[in-house]
Amino acid sequence: MLEIKNLHAHVGDDETEILRGVNLTVKPGEVHAIMGPNGSGKSTLSYILAGKDDYEVTEGDILFNGESMLEMEPDERAAAGLFLAFQYPIEIPGVATMTFLKTALNAQRKARGEDELSTPAFMKQVKEKAAELNITMDMLKRPLNVGFSGGEKKRSEILQMSLLEPKLCVMDETDSGLDIDALKIVAEGVNRLRSPDRAMVVITHYQRLLDHIVPDVVHVLSRGKIVKTGGKELALELEKNGYADYVGQAA
Amino acid sequence: MNMETRSLKTSAETELASLFDGAREQLAGSDAVIKLREQAFSAFDERGLPHRRVEEYKYSDVRAKLKSASKLVAAGSNAEAKSALEAVETYGDLERYRIVINNGRLMAELSDIEALKGEGVTVSNLNAALADAQDEADGLLNVPSIAAADPMIMLNTALVLGGAVVSVGEGTEVSRPIEIVYTASTAGARYTRCRIELGKRAQATILESFEDNTAEAEGNAVSDFVIGDEARLTLARVVTGEAVHVSSVLMNIGGSAEVKAIGFNMGTDFARTQSFVTFSGEHSNASLYGITMVREKQHSDHTLVVDHKVPNCESRERFKAVIDDFAEGVFQGKIIVRPHAQKTDGQMMTQALLLSEDASMSNKPELEIFADDVQCAHGATSGQIDEDLLFYLRARGIPEAQAKMLLVLAFLAEAVEEMEDEGIVSALEGRIRNWLSVEE
Ligand SMILES: Nc1ncnc2c1ncn2[C@@H]1O[C@H](COP(=O)(O)OP(=O)(O)O)[C@@H](O)[C@H]1O
Ligand SMILES: [Mg+2]
Repeated sequence: MLEIKNLHAHVGDDETEILRGVNLTVKPGEVHAIMGPNGSGKSTLSYILAGKDDYEVTEGDILFNGESMLEMEPDERAAAGLFLAFQYPIEIPGVATMTFLKTALNAQRKARGEDELSTPAFMKQVKEKAAELNITMDMLKRPLNVGFSGGEKKRSEILQMSLLEPKLCVMDETDSGLDIDALKIVAEGVNRLRSPDRAMVVITHYQRLLDHIVPDVVHVLSRGKIVKTGGKELALELEKNGYADYVGQAA
Repeated sequence: MNMETRSLKTSAETELASLFDGAREQLAGSDAVIKLREQAFSAFDERGLPHRRVEEYKYSDVRAKLKSASKLVAAGSNAEAKSALEAVETYGDLERYRIVINNGRLMAELSDIEALKGEGVTVSNLNAALADAQDEADGLLNVPSIAAADPMIMLNTALVLGGAVVSVGEGTEVSRPIEIVYTASTAGARYTRCRIELGKRAQATILESFEDNTAEAEGNAVSDFVIGDEARLTLARVVTGEAVHVSSVLMNIGGSAEVKAIGFNMGTDFARTQSFVTFSGEHSNASLYGITMVREKQHSDHTLVVDHKVPNCESRERFKAVIDDFAEGVFQGKIIVRPHAQKTDGQMMTQALLLSEDASMSNKPELEIFADDVQCAHGATSGQIDEDLLFYLRARGIPEAQAKMLLVLAFLAEAVEEMEDEGIVSALEGRIRNWLSVEE
């Protein structure tokens, strides 16, 4: 589903490479975890996948279902089935959450040549999925993310993900800022979306999220390179020993 | 050596003088009114059209813009007015009363005068009132001191062709919005004036829709609001079209009254909306929004003077501009707090959203405070669409143009939502959307 090949990238005018040859292959149905110390390039990788144009790819390619995504606009990538749950979801004053959700869903459907969803059908879906994530109607009436607590913002991201039903879910530190109860709600939401034709990339700094969303493969990203790949036990090992073993390695 | 002698008139100024001479016979009014018109014209004539060296018109040079003065528009028939009215959309099927002013004259037969009478609102023809007016024109053409030196209002007083006097009776709560629609069925300059009075404890929503601006001629409109004690006014004005348009809002607010107003300059070639607001009674508040939406080489000016003459009033002045291409936005705002107007609270803010690199915004906020126990402030921001917000929306599958539209609507939402009435809010949003989707 996703193939990242020898990806090199830097930001703006700064020539310093942030990603220095990332290789990653994710197949349908798989859940991959990417772990790594702060500043290793995890968020950068997720932004480049989503198409943020602050970053420049200097080498390598990203294939999504066999086709290069590098020339695609962010909205085209989304309509093709890519979803990024942001590490820091931003507040958008003046745009009601409900309006936003409906606009996004219908824009994607339109891009795929599907009919727009009627308002009642849309409302029914939102209500069901919001309830599962403990999101109140009151929150949905507010402007997007405005005045939401850290946990509410993360749940709002997962709500968007469940509504948009992407093929590839990329989650950037979805666990940060969550207490244990909120973490469980979010993890359950994510697990409900696991399916044989959907893939997930879970970016996290800590192991604890992976107790709830159990990965098939764990990668360690350090200084812009994947320096180790293993099974879920690798996460436990990192929890115990920290990243010290890996920090020097990619230099 | 003073080069600026008034003998050097522009051709538009010369044309205006002969226009006034030629029209004097036909212009409505009793002797008292004619006298006021003549005084106003000679005061105008001394000054001429306002230009960039007149401080109040620093950024909006009417003299340079108005190459020639159009002939006054002739009255239109009912049938002509009707078809002009049918061609305009304004508030769609919102339930409302309508007062129709075509070619500068009140069209009584097309207006809901009887239905309004049933609600306790009287509507009369300005020209009939002017014909009967006694000393000082019964106050019908009064101009507050803060606007006394304005040449465009002088010109309006001299040349006004017609309009309406709308009077909402004491304690009357009008059940539906009242829309004053200005249309044009033939070319020619339109000088109109409406007076809107809200009696004590009256409540009304007034919509003024200027749909009369054609490229062929200029418009000059005065809307004079007199708001009684404890009255509540909600006002939405939309100025559209291609003409040179100067719109003056005069507002006198009594005690314990509440005003919410929003005024759009939407895609007019050259529009200036100038508001002169006077607080004459204590414990009142006014929330005044002005919106500019311009593109290409359009020019929009919102000028506001708020005069806190009495203590304990609160005013909120908020201006938002969406500017594309080479267009220019202007905001001039002045809050005056008189020596005895203690406990005044006045907050002025202007924000511009520049959609292109060549778009420009000029701001001139001023506070003139003569009392010591007051809270007054102003602020200004100007910027582009936030790339991070845009990226977030696009990452959810919303195409760029649609995402930008959402963000512009969001930028204006706070102002539009002030109108509260859902029908009005959605009609205004619809107009904003239409304006935005014309782009590119
Ligand atoms: N927009 C940016 N401008 C400048 N530097 C950036 C930008 N984005 C990321 N970086 C730099 O790239 C490196 C990786 O950052 P990031 O991808 O956020 O790491 P992580 O998510 O793993 O903590 C850091 O050194 C960071 O400072
Ligand atoms: Mg990060």
